[in-house]
Amino acid sequence: MDKMPKWADVILTPLISLFLAMAISALVILAIGESPWLALNTMVEGALGSSYGWGFTLYYTTNFVFTGLAVAVAYHASLFNIGGEGQAAMGGLGVALVLLYLPLPHWSIALPVAMIGAALFGAAWALIPAWLQAKRGSHIVITTIMFNFIAAATLNYVLVNILRPPGSMDPSSARFPEATHLPALTDMAAAIGIDWGRNTPVNISFFVAIAACLLVWLLIWRSRLGYEIRALGRSEPAAIYAGIKPVRIILVTMLISGGLAGMMAINNVMGEAERLLLNAVEGAGFIGIAVALMGRNHPVGVFLAALLFGFLYQGGGELALWTSIPRELIIVIQALVILFTGALDNMVRMPLERLFLSLRQRGDS
Amino acid sequence: MDFATAIQILDSAVRLMTPLLLACLAGLYSERSGVFDIGLEGKMLMAAFTSAAVAFVTGSPWLGLLAGIAGSMALSLIHGLASITFMGNQLISGVAINFLASGMTVLLGQKIFGLGGRTPSLTGGGRFGEITLPFADSLRNVPFIGPIYADLISGHTILVYVAFLCVPLTWWVLFRTRFGLRLRAVGENPASVDTAGVSVTRLRFAAIAICGILCGLAGAYLATGLSAGFVKEMTAGRGFIALAALIFAKWRPWNALFATFLFGLLEAIANRYPNLEIGPITIPSMFMNALPYILTVIILAGFVGRAIPPRAGGEPYVKER
Repeated sequence: MDKMPKWADVILTPLISLFLAMAISALVILAIGESPWLALNTMVEGALGSSYGWGFTLYYTTNFVFTGLAVAVAYHASLFNIGGEGQAAMGGLGVALVLLYLPLPHWSIALPVAMIGAALFGAAWALIPAWLQAKRGSHIVITTIMFNFIAAATLNYVLVNILRPPGSMDPSSARFPEATHLPALTDMAAAIGIDWGRNTPVNISFFVAIAACLLVWLLIWRSRLGYEIRALGRSEPAAIYAGIKPVRIILVTMLISGGLAGMMAINNVMGEAERLLLNAVEGAGFIGIAVALMGRNHPVGVFLAALLFGFLYQGGGELALWTSIPRELIIVIQALVILFTGALDNMVRMPLERLFLSLRQRGDS
Repeated sequence: MDFATAIQILDSAVRLMTPLLLACLAGLYSERSGVFDIGLEGKMLMAAFTSAAVAFVTGSPWLGLLAGIAGSMALSLIHGLASITFMGNQLISGVAINFLASGMTVLLGQKIFGLGGRTPSLTGGGRFGEITLPFADSLRNVPFIGPIYADLISGHTILVYVAFLCVPLTWWVLFRTRFGLRLRAVGENPASVDTAGVSVTRLRFAAIAICGILCGLAGAYLATGLSAGFVKEMTAGRGFIALAALIFAKWRPWNALFATFLFGLLEAIANRYPNLEIGPITIPSMFMNALPYILTVIILAGFVGRAIPPRAGGEPYVKER
């Protein structure tokens, strides 16, 4: 018998953890001599108060959905993919190569091709750590950390020495062809006569992200492969006994995970910057960890958590603009969310379990 | 490359390896006791900030050093609380600590000094000075040995010598004391240590505290020895290179010395020759910077020797009831 009802496990614990993280964030804001209430107001107003704010919030959300799903999928197989940052960076390289070197006449063709490029490069970057984990038993956390740094160095080299247009000083690629420009949500809204989110970067990738959530749900809970992934994640000996091959599942799971992280590039590289910049990922790969933890590795949870972090990101930018609180506050909030929903999970869970047990015993007697 | 250049590069390698060595030994204590620590980077960063801030305010690098240790220790305590007391995931806790340090240092720096997260530059007495070993100047003119003694061995800050002394000390503690025996045992098989009547929790907290002190030294050296003050994200991945060195060293103190020297040397060479030309091939500095990570992956893959981590690493210890 479970110690707690399911709703308490899935909804109540993360909410209490989130509340604790926010309470400590408020204390941090107080400690640097600012008002938490004012900060919250500024963030809500800046991120959700206008269609302009929403445009940015949803743009960030799209990034975090991809990296969050990447961490979540791997987590179901008990693999902690901390390499989303590097995989997303390599996905950007894939997008850039496809768009710069293939003659693609229209965005509707360019988008699927770029998605394939992004996913292939991201997956390829996850393949070596996956293979090392599956075949050689090297710890995937360490190898994916190492691969983040190797990705950064590789990208730096490629941008400076290969993709940088002649005569340009900054390490970034040439602009992608005009024909591959993705429709922004604001254009789509304008087409049906609504004035929404002018000058915001959110684009059609947002819908791709939602589709990815759905596909991941189907994969994990409605497919044979998903069952095998979860079985392996729960117990490797049991999975082997059931005829599941761990090497194959680890490789496939990490390829999917890396591919998802890489797909982020259709949003930030293809949709927003429209050229490959150095450090285009900006930490979104790491935020994916917080998003997956917060969302309990379920696509719906990941989407909601990504929305929360999209709000924090955009709100944090507004904070830096309108108050004297630095942007880095959101890194602290992110850290606290990871700490409370991830590492200190038992601190919230154990008292709750005891509470529910005592309630139940009282009910029985 | 002449002899004087070689000495200069080696000298620079010694300076650059010091924070790596301290952080690597810090990780060694923690991981030998069965607590994975990917938060070395964050602890160093926090220590660099607190030491630079206190050294600037008081003008004393020694008080700065204490503050650095305190800053790093606070994060160690969080790590211990999460991974030992509440049996949480040690890797996730480490990730959280890295972000916490990265955000808090800028937040506090901006609040206290208003320089966008930097601390003001430390001048003169606020930094650790270079120590000239006895007879360094008079021996300088002796051929070969003279420059090695005067320029390479002499002329570092006290923390460099402390870091090097920590290597034999760590070896002695780990392999020649009862505490060390228990520490290694708790990383391999905590249940047996518990059965012997020794507290697993207390041992692991002790290991984490030592880890905090050493990371504090590493951070303080970065901010008050190697450079003059704290700059945002000044650790720049050194915590992860130290982690790589720890794997490279197979969790052994003397190997850690060689691994961190190798990685320090790579950084020194990359700094001196942004584009290293060896015959017809030009090696870009990016490759030199990535080499520690690439080498570690190769070691981890087990193609060159085998790196086997402590067996109970990463597992919270749950007493059977």
